[in-house]
Amino acid sequence: MRIVVQADPFDFGAEAAAFAEGRDDLGAVVTFTGVVRGDAALERMEIEHYPGMTEKALEQIAAEAVRRWDLGDVLVIHRYGPMRPGERIMMVATAAAHREAAFDSAAFLMDYLKSRAPFWKKEHAADGDSWVAARAADEAALTRW
Amino acid sequence: MDVLYFAWVRERIGLPRERVDTSAATVADLVAELSAREERYAAAFADLAALRVAVDQELADFDAPLAGVREVAFFPPMTGG
Repeated sequence: MRIVVQADPFDFGAEAAAFAEGRDDLGAVVTFTGVVRGDAALERMEIEHYPGMTEKALEQIAAEAVRRWDLGDVLVIHRYGPMRPGERIMMVATAAAHREAAFDSAAFLMDYLKSRAPFWKKEHAADGDSWVAARAADEAALTRW
Repeated sequence: MDVLYFAWVRERIGLPRERVDTSAATVADLVAELSAREERYAAAFADLAALRVAVDQELADFDAPLAGVREVAFFPPMTGG
Protein backbone atom coordinates (compact mmCIF):
# COMPACT_ATOMS: atom_id res chain seq x y z
CA MET A 1 0.00 0.00 0.00
CA ARG A 2 1.41 3.36 -1.01
CA ILE A 3 -0.12 6.78 -0.39
CA VAL A 4 1.39 9.89 -1.96
CA VAL A 5 0.24 13.49 -1.50
CA GLN A 6 2.27 15.95 -3.55
CA ALA A 7 2.09 19.20 -5.49
CA ASP A 8 4.22 17.99 -8.39
CA PRO A 9 2.80 16.18 -11.41
CA PHE A 10 3.24 12.40 -11.36
CA ASP A 11 4.28 10.08 -14.17
CA PHE A 12 1.15 8.01 -14.75
CA GLY A 13 2.84 5.65 -17.20
CA ALA A 14 5.72 4.88 -14.88
CA GLU A 15 3.42 4.49 -11.85
CA ALA A 16 1.04 2.17 -13.70
CA ALA A 17 3.90 0.08 -15.06
CA ALA A 18 5.62 -0.26 -11.69
CA PHE A 19 2.43 -1.05 -9.76
CA ALA A 20 2.23 -4.73 -8.74
CA GLU A 21 5.09 -5.43 -11.16
CA GLY A 22 6.39 -8.97 -10.82
CA ARG A 23 3.41 -10.22 -8.81
CA ASP A 24 2.17 -13.19 -10.82
CA ASP A 25 -0.45 -13.97 -8.16
CA LEU A 26 -2.32 -10.77 -9.03
CA GLY A 27 -4.24 -11.38 -12.22
CA ALA A 28 -6.14 -8.07 -12.22
CA VAL A 29 -4.87 -4.50 -12.05
CA VAL A 30 -7.26 -1.53 -12.26
CA THR A 31 -6.19 2.10 -12.50
CA PHE A 32 -8.31 5.22 -12.36
CA THR A 33 -7.03 8.71 -13.16
CA GLY A 34 -8.76 12.00 -12.38
CA VAL A 35 -8.09 14.82 -14.85
CA VAL A 36 -8.91 18.55 -14.62
CA ARG A 37 -11.89 18.96 -16.92
CA GLY A 38 -11.61 22.03 -19.12
CA ASP A 39 -15.14 23.29 -18.62
CA ALA A 40 -16.11 26.63 -20.13
CA ALA A 41 -13.72 29.45 -19.29
CA LEU A 42 -11.75 27.41 -16.72
CA GLU A 43 -8.20 28.73 -16.59
CA ARG A 44 -6.88 26.74 -13.68
CA MET A 45 -7.92 24.77 -10.67
CA GLU A 46 -6.40 25.17 -7.23
CA ILE A 47 -6.63 22.27 -4.79
CA GLU A 48 -6.28 23.01 -1.10
CA HIS A 49 -5.77 20.23 1.43
CA TYR A 50 -5.25 19.62 5.14
CA PRO A 51 -1.63 18.49 5.58
CA GLY A 52 -1.48 15.73 8.15
CA MET A 53 -5.14 14.82 8.03
CA THR A 54 -5.01 14.24 4.27
CA GLU A 55 -2.42 11.48 4.54
CA LYS A 56 -4.22 9.95 7.53
CA ALA A 57 -7.60 9.97 5.78
CA LEU A 58 -6.17 8.42 2.61
CA GLU A 59 -4.45 5.72 4.64
CA GLN A 60 -7.67 4.93 6.50
CA ILE A 61 -9.65 4.74 3.25
CA ALA A 62 -7.04 2.49 1.62
CA ALA A 63 -6.86 0.30 4.74
CA GLU A 64 -10.63 -0.09 4.64
CA ALA A 65 -10.41 -1.21 1.00
CA VAL A 66 -7.79 -3.79 1.96
CA ARG A 67 -10.04 -4.99 4.78
CA ARG A 68 -13.05 -5.41 2.49
CA TRP A 69 -11.37 -6.95 -0.55
CA ASP A 70 -8.53 -9.38 -0.97
CA LEU A 71 -6.05 -6.96 -2.52
CA GLY A 72 -2.41 -7.56 -3.33
CA ASP A 73 -1.59 -3.87 -3.52
CA VAL A 74 -3.13 -0.38 -3.43
CA LEU A 75 -1.74 2.91 -4.70
CA VAL A 76 -3.22 6.37 -4.16
CA ILE A 77 -1.55 9.50 -5.54
CA HIS A 78 -3.32 12.84 -5.04
CA ARG A 79 -1.97 16.26 -5.95
CA TYR A 80 -2.67 19.66 -4.46
CA GLY A 81 -1.88 23.19 -5.62
CA PRO A 82 -2.54 24.81 -9.01
CA MET A 83 -3.40 22.71 -12.07
CA ARG A 84 -4.46 23.45 -15.62
CA PRO A 85 -7.20 21.75 -17.66
CA GLY A 86 -5.96 18.38 -18.90
CA GLU A 87 -3.54 17.85 -16.01
CA ARG A 88 -3.83 14.70 -13.94
CA ILE A 89 -5.09 15.40 -10.44
CA MET A 90 -4.88 11.96 -8.92
CA MET A 91 -4.78 8.23 -9.55
CA VAL A 92 -5.67 5.06 -7.74
CA ALA A 93 -4.53 1.57 -8.60
CA THR A 94 -5.69 -1.71 -7.14
CA ALA A 95 -4.40 -5.22 -7.73
CA ALA A 96 -6.16 -8.47 -6.90
CA ALA A 97 -6.27 -12.06 -8.03
CA HIS A 98 -9.52 -11.44 -9.93
CA ARG A 99 -11.07 -8.41 -11.60
CA GLU A 100 -14.19 -7.99 -9.44
CA ALA A 101 -12.13 -7.13 -6.35
CA ALA A 102 -9.86 -4.80 -8.34
CA PHE A 103 -12.75 -2.91 -10.02
CA ASP A 104 -14.95 -2.73 -6.92
CA SER A 105 -12.17 -1.60 -4.59
CA ALA A 106 -11.06 1.08 -7.08
CA ALA A 107 -14.64 2.41 -7.24
CA PHE A 108 -14.85 2.31 -3.43
CA LEU A 109 -11.58 4.25 -3.14
CA MET A 110 -12.84 6.88 -5.57
CA ASP A 111 -16.19 7.28 -3.84
CA TYR A 112 -14.51 7.78 -0.46
CA LEU A 113 -11.76 10.03 -1.83
CA LYS A 114 -14.42 12.34 -3.25
CA SER A 115 -16.23 12.95 0.03
CA ARG A 116 -13.99 11.85 2.90
CA ALA A 117 -10.49 13.05 2.03
CA PRO A 118 -9.83 16.69 3.00
CA PHE A 119 -9.32 18.30 -0.40
CA TRP A 120 -11.15 21.36 -1.72
CA LYS A 121 -11.17 22.51 -5.32
CA LYS A 122 -11.32 26.12 -6.38
CA GLU A 123 -11.92 26.99 -10.01
CA HIS A 124 -10.33 30.09 -11.47
CA ALA A 125 -12.15 31.12 -14.63
CA ALA A 126 -12.23 34.16 -16.88
CA ASP A 127 -15.52 35.20 -15.26
CA GLY A 128 -14.39 34.75 -11.64
CA ASP A 129 -13.33 32.28 -8.96
CA SER A 130 -15.54 29.76 -7.20
CA TRP A 131 -15.21 26.84 -4.82
CA VAL A 132 -16.47 23.58 -6.26
CA ALA A 133 -19.52 22.49 -4.26
CA ALA A 134 -19.79 18.91 -3.08
CA ARG A 135 -22.44 17.02 -5.03
CA ALA A 136 -25.27 15.24 -3.23
CA ALA A 137 -24.75 12.34 -5.66
CA ASP A 138 -21.18 11.91 -4.40
CA GLU A 139 -22.35 11.70 -0.80
CA ALA A 140 -25.15 9.31 -1.80
CA ALA A 141 -22.61 7.09 -3.60
CA LEU A 142 -21.12 6.13 -0.23
CA THR A 143 -24.29 4.34 0.79
CA ARG A 144 -23.71 1.62 -1.81
CA TRP A 145 -20.74 0.34 0.15
CA MET B 1 -5.96 24.64 21.08
CA ASP B 2 -5.24 25.24 17.41
CA VAL B 3 -8.25 26.08 15.26
CA LEU B 4 -7.83 25.65 11.51
CA TYR B 5 -9.97 26.87 8.63
CA PHE B 6 -10.00 25.65 5.05
CA ALA B 7 -11.43 26.71 1.69
CA TRP B 8 -14.20 29.34 1.86
CA VAL B 9 -14.29 29.13 5.65
CA ARG B 10 -10.66 30.29 5.68
CA GLU B 11 -11.45 33.05 3.22
CA ARG B 12 -14.49 34.25 5.14
CA ILE B 13 -12.72 34.30 8.49
CA GLY B 14 -9.57 35.68 6.92
CA LEU B 15 -6.93 33.41 8.38
CA PRO B 16 -5.84 29.78 8.01
CA ARG B 17 -5.28 28.98 11.69
CA GLU B 18 -5.18 30.54 15.11
CA ARG B 19 -4.52 29.62 18.69
CA VAL B 20 -7.69 29.79 20.80
CA ASP B 21 -7.83 29.69 24.57
CA THR B 22 -11.20 28.24 25.35
CA SER B 23 -13.07 26.27 27.95
CA ALA B 24 -15.70 25.19 25.42
CA ALA B 25 -16.92 21.69 26.23
CA THR B 26 -17.95 20.74 22.72
CA VAL B 27 -17.34 21.79 19.12
CA ALA B 28 -20.76 23.47 19.12
CA ASP B 29 -19.75 25.50 22.19
CA LEU B 30 -16.56 26.57 20.42
CA VAL B 31 -18.57 27.61 17.37
CA ALA B 32 -20.87 29.70 19.58
CA GLU B 33 -17.87 31.29 21.28
CA LEU B 34 -16.17 32.17 17.98
CA SER B 35 -19.40 33.40 16.40
CA ALA B 36 -19.91 35.82 19.29
CA ARG B 37 -16.46 37.33 18.70
CA GLU B 38 -16.89 39.06 15.38
CA GLU B 39 -19.21 39.21 12.41
CA ARG B 40 -16.81 37.36 10.10
CA TYR B 41 -16.96 34.30 12.37
CA ALA B 42 -20.74 34.52 12.67
CA ALA B 43 -20.93 34.68 8.86
CA ALA B 44 -18.68 31.66 8.40
CA PHE B 45 -20.61 29.62 10.97
CA ALA B 46 -24.09 30.80 9.96
CA ASP B 47 -25.10 27.47 8.41
CA LEU B 48 -23.58 24.51 10.23
CA ALA B 49 -25.20 22.10 7.78
CA ALA B 50 -22.81 23.50 5.17
CA LEU B 51 -19.78 22.81 7.37
CA ARG B 52 -17.75 19.81 8.41
CA VAL B 53 -15.48 19.56 11.42
CA ALA B 54 -12.41 17.49 12.24
CA VAL B 55 -11.18 17.00 15.79
CA ASP B 56 -7.50 16.07 16.02
CA GLN B 57 -7.59 15.33 12.28
CA GLU B 58 -10.54 12.92 12.43
CA LEU B 59 -13.99 13.82 11.09
CA ALA B 60 -16.32 14.50 13.99
CA ASP B 61 -19.78 15.82 14.87
CA PHE B 62 -20.55 19.24 16.26
CA ASP B 63 -21.44 17.68 19.62
CA ALA B 64 -17.96 16.11 19.92
CA PRO B 65 -16.28 16.85 23.27
CA LEU B 66 -13.13 19.01 23.29
CA ALA B 67 -11.46 17.79 26.49
CA GLY B 68 -7.81 17.06 25.73
CA VAL B 69 -8.17 18.05 22.08
CA ARG B 70 -5.23 19.83 20.42
CA GLU B 71 -6.60 20.71 17.00
CA VAL B 72 -10.04 21.51 15.59
CA ALA B 73 -10.61 22.25 11.91
CA PHE B 74 -13.63 23.70 10.13
CA PHE B 75 -14.22 23.33 6.40
CA PRO B 76 -16.89 22.83 3.73
CA PRO B 77 -17.80 19.35 2.45
CA MET B 78 -14.74 17.86 0.81
CA THR B 79 -14.25 17.68 -2.96
CA GLY B 80 -11.40 15.27 -3.55
CA GLY B 81 -10.79 12.92 -6.43
